[in-house]
Amino acid sequence: MTIDFILFLILALVAIAAALGMLLSRNAVYSALFLVLNFGTVAVFYILLNAPFIAMAQVSVYAGAIMVLFLFVIMLLGTETLPPSKSLPWQRPLAFILALILAGEATYLLLVRKAASGPIPQPVDTFGSPQAVGQALFNSYLLPFEITSVLLLVAMVGAIVLTQKDKGK
Amino acid sequence: MTFFYLAPWIVFFPVIGLLVNIILGHRFSEKVVGTVASLASGLAFVASALLAYSLTQHPEAFRWTIGEWIHIGTLQLDWTFRVDTLSTTMMLVVSGVGTLIHIYAIGYMHEDVRFKSDLKRFRRFFVFLNLFIAMMMILVSGDSYLMLFVGWEGVGLCSFLLIGFWYEMDTLGRPSWANSDAAKKAMIANRIGDFGFLIASFLMFWTFRSLQFDQVFEQAPVIAASNPGLITAITLFLLVGVTGKSAQIPLYVWLPDAMAGPTPVSALIHAATMVTAGVYLVARSAALYVTVPAAQYIVAMVGAVTALFAATIAVGQYDIKKVLAYSTISQLGFMVAGVGMGAFAAGMFHLITHAFFKALLFLSAGSVILGMERGHHHLSKHEGHKGHEGEGSPLSSRSTPEGSRERARVREDRNHHEEIFDPGDMRNMGGLRKTMPVTFWLYLIGTLALAGIWPFAGFWSKDEILADAFRENFTAVYWLLTVAAFFTAFYMGRQIWMVFFGRPRHEAAAHAEESPKIITIPLMVLAVLSIFGGALNYPGIETLTKWLEHTIEFIQPGEFVMNVALISTGLALFAILLSWLLYGLRPLKKNQPDPLKKMLGPIFTGMERKWFVDEGYFALFINRYVDVARFTADMIDWKFWHDWFHEKVIAGTYNFLSNVTLNRYADQRGIDAFFNGLGEWTKNASAALRQVQNGFVRSYALFVLLGVVAILGYLLFK
Amino acid sequence: MVDVAYYVALSAILFTIGALGVLIRRNPLIIFMSVELMLNAANLAMVAFTRVYTVLEGQIFVFFIMTVAAAEVAVGLALIVAIFRTKHSINIDEMNNLKG
Repeated sequence: MTIDFILFLILALVAIAAALGMLLSRNAVYSALFLVLNFGTVAVFYILLNAPFIAMAQVSVYAGAIMVLFLFVIMLLGTETLPPSKSLPWQRPLAFILALILAGEATYLLLVRKAASGPIPQPVDTFGSPQAVGQALFNSYLLPFEITSVLLLVAMVGAIVLTQKDKGK
Repeated sequence: MTFFYLAPWIVFFPVIGLLVNIILGHRFSEKVVGTVASLASGLAFVASALLAYSLTQHPEAFRWTIGEWIHIGTLQLDWTFRVDTLSTTMMLVVSGVGTLIHIYAIGYMHEDVRFKSDLKRFRRFFVFLNLFIAMMMILVSGDSYLMLFVGWEGVGLCSFLLIGFWYEMDTLGRPSWANSDAAKKAMIANRIGDFGFLIASFLMFWTFRSLQFDQVFEQAPVIAASNPGLITAITLFLLVGVTGKSAQIPLYVWLPDAMAGPTPVSALIHAATMVTAGVYLVARSAALYVTVPAAQYIVAMVGAVTALFAATIAVGQYDIKKVLAYSTISQLGFMVAGVGMGAFAAGMFHLITHAFFKALLFLSAGSVILGMERGHHHLSKHEGHKGHEGEGSPLSSRSTPEGSRERARVREDRNHHEEIFDPGDMRNMGGLRKTMPVTFWLYLIGTLALAGIWPFAGFWSKDEILADAFRENFTAVYWLLTVAAFFTAFYMGRQIWMVFFGRPRHEAAAHAEESPKIITIPLMVLAVLSIFGGALNYPGIETLTKWLEHTIEFIQPGEFVMNVALISTGLALFAILLSWLLYGLRPLKKNQPDPLKKMLGPIFTGMERKWFVDEGYFALFINRYVDVARFTADMIDWKFWHDWFHEKVIAGTYNFLSNVTLNRYADQRGIDAFFNGLGEWTKNASAALRQVQNGFVRSYALFVLLGVVAILGYLLFK
Repeated sequence: MVDVAYYVALSAILFTIGALGVLIRRNPLIIFMSVELMLNAANLAMVAFTRVYTVLEGQIFVFFIMTVAAAEVAVGLALIVAIFRTKHSINIDEMNNLKG
């Protein structure tokens, strides 16, 4: 039991707990906050996996921007809780059964088939550093990178158009 | 200096003329339309003359290709104009006589369209006439049998169009389909001949692998030595074409009816040029015919028999144009006999002189008819009847359909009130010598030329044929032609006495008026040619023979045989004397039957009724054809196919099958139940499946996950 | 470092929880969050494998996924706002017009 493993176990438990918290909270605001916690732990995992740039992006983009947007919309609409519903009585048990089967399949894959394991080489120090990622982004992946800017612009225009009040009415 | 490059223009000029008249003609006055057409024809004549002049310096055949035509395998044909002494001779005749007739037609059609009250057709007439000249030029200048055939068919088309020019009336202007029937008759008779021509062409291509004249003629002697039957077949099938186009027995029947066309058409197409195409074809194919004497003999006999046969019919005719039509058939018989015997120069010579004097006779006859119509018109106006509609007044607004119906009505009205007057019937004429003196003298010159009286053109050319027949020992042909010459002189004498002498047998003849100068001047030119045309080939000088020698190497110089000349001239003079005794001495009275009728009885009836050939054709072929058609329609199509096969076999079998196998029980319990069950099942299944589509996104997502789990499971545990 | 199998297992657990959230929650905002959670689980597996094979492409891919997720959230939230405006409710069970 190395220190690494203990740290992983604790963080993993926190992440799963946070995810379950998001799933089970009645209040949407709590759900959002649990998700932020989950994102934070995942960011720590990224650092452990030699991906500091992605970890920073995770914190700033996901935990920061996106989740703030969620909270903002939840509070704007005032839809923290919803009244209980009678529709689709079979949905919930069926969903649980399917989720269990899915988890079982994953377990089988990991334990019986040993799909991915083995000694892991130690990468060079600069692996995953912002510098290396930047080099890759602006050399080999310049075109996709530029296209994401168009995608974001389209998303932005789309959001504005969708939420705009109809002047015709 | 040579002008061979003008070769295509003999066709282009008339085509340009007709295009100008088609496109701009509606703005032109009649005079301009006529001038354009005449000019087109005249320029073609000038071009032909220049080509002839060029040939005097380079007498060999000249071939001028203007483009590729058909190149398929061994069939290599170009659009090539052939300028040699034979084709140029034909060009000169066609465009020369053609131009004179164009000019004449300006005057003739001016009155004709007014008598028939459709001024718009003036332009159409000249378009057709120019088209005819163009097609005839293609016919005579073609360098292959196929190009010749294009012209051959083209002139046939023009002939059809012009015979049926007044297609909605008969020759007297009454509403009827008589004229278009005549046109159709010409077309069909010619089709039979064209079929022979086509078979000959196919055989020719099969034998010689070519349709080009030089290539065919080159191989002809070789093939004739090894396989004479083949050449005989080709030449005889060509003869079928000749009998169609040149109106020989047995296909001549269309030519008399073709007189339904306006008189210039009768003169140009059905006397002077188109009908001589068959003679030209035989002369052109001389190299083929000389290799098979049997075919030559048959051609000569066909010509000679036709000459006599048609001449006898001409004796019994009363219509001025019908007499000339049968005379044309007869004279064509002379030509065909001539070229058939191998006397190509004599045949061509007679073709040329005949073009002169027969055109002259036809056009003069047209002048006579116009004079009679004028007299009749004058008469009806004088008597206060409702006048001929149309005279002199602008009637262009009446060429609408209403206009033509109106015309027909007026015409019918007139026919109710007046007796039917036929301006072409010689029994209505008489004494026209005094009222139409110019026409009389011109007609007389034509008659003497046709009858073969020295020194007119016809004497020399007809005599050359007779002399050749005599010398070459075609005895039967010689005697047939000599007797035909006797009849020729007789019926022409009869015509002259009946038309121009004696007393008028109808008021119209008494009031007939002379034709204007535009009509008489071309006639005078033709009259001069009819007198001196013999100079082309006077015995001993032989200009034409020497000229044609460059093209037809088989020509032998003719020889003047005094006995033959004396016999034929003597017979001709005797015939004229005889006709004077019968028709001149005691002129026919009104409604008096022909004096020959008393003397000859049934023989004259036969002549009068054209030996019942048309009736015979009807009985032998046309009615049989109708019977076959009726049989196939009634028996085969209706009784067999409809009544028996469709009704009994197909419908009966079907009804039987459906009654037996698909009765009420099988239908309702078996088929209906099955399909109703299928529909019911589909309905229920879809009602059940409809529950799945409930519109809840979560539910859809559940199915997506189900799919994911299933696929993953399959991948893991397969 | 920790064996990559543990990371994959964690990723699988988080993905299943996310899928469950999509299926059982009726609040479209929470469904959205669950979707984000599933994306994160995928990202985590991707980064883990990047570390195993020491190739940088995995991280680049994760970067693009984040970008697309950001765009998706912007449009998705705008849609939710627009729907709320017309229906005055965002209960997903009331949005069943798709059945036609």
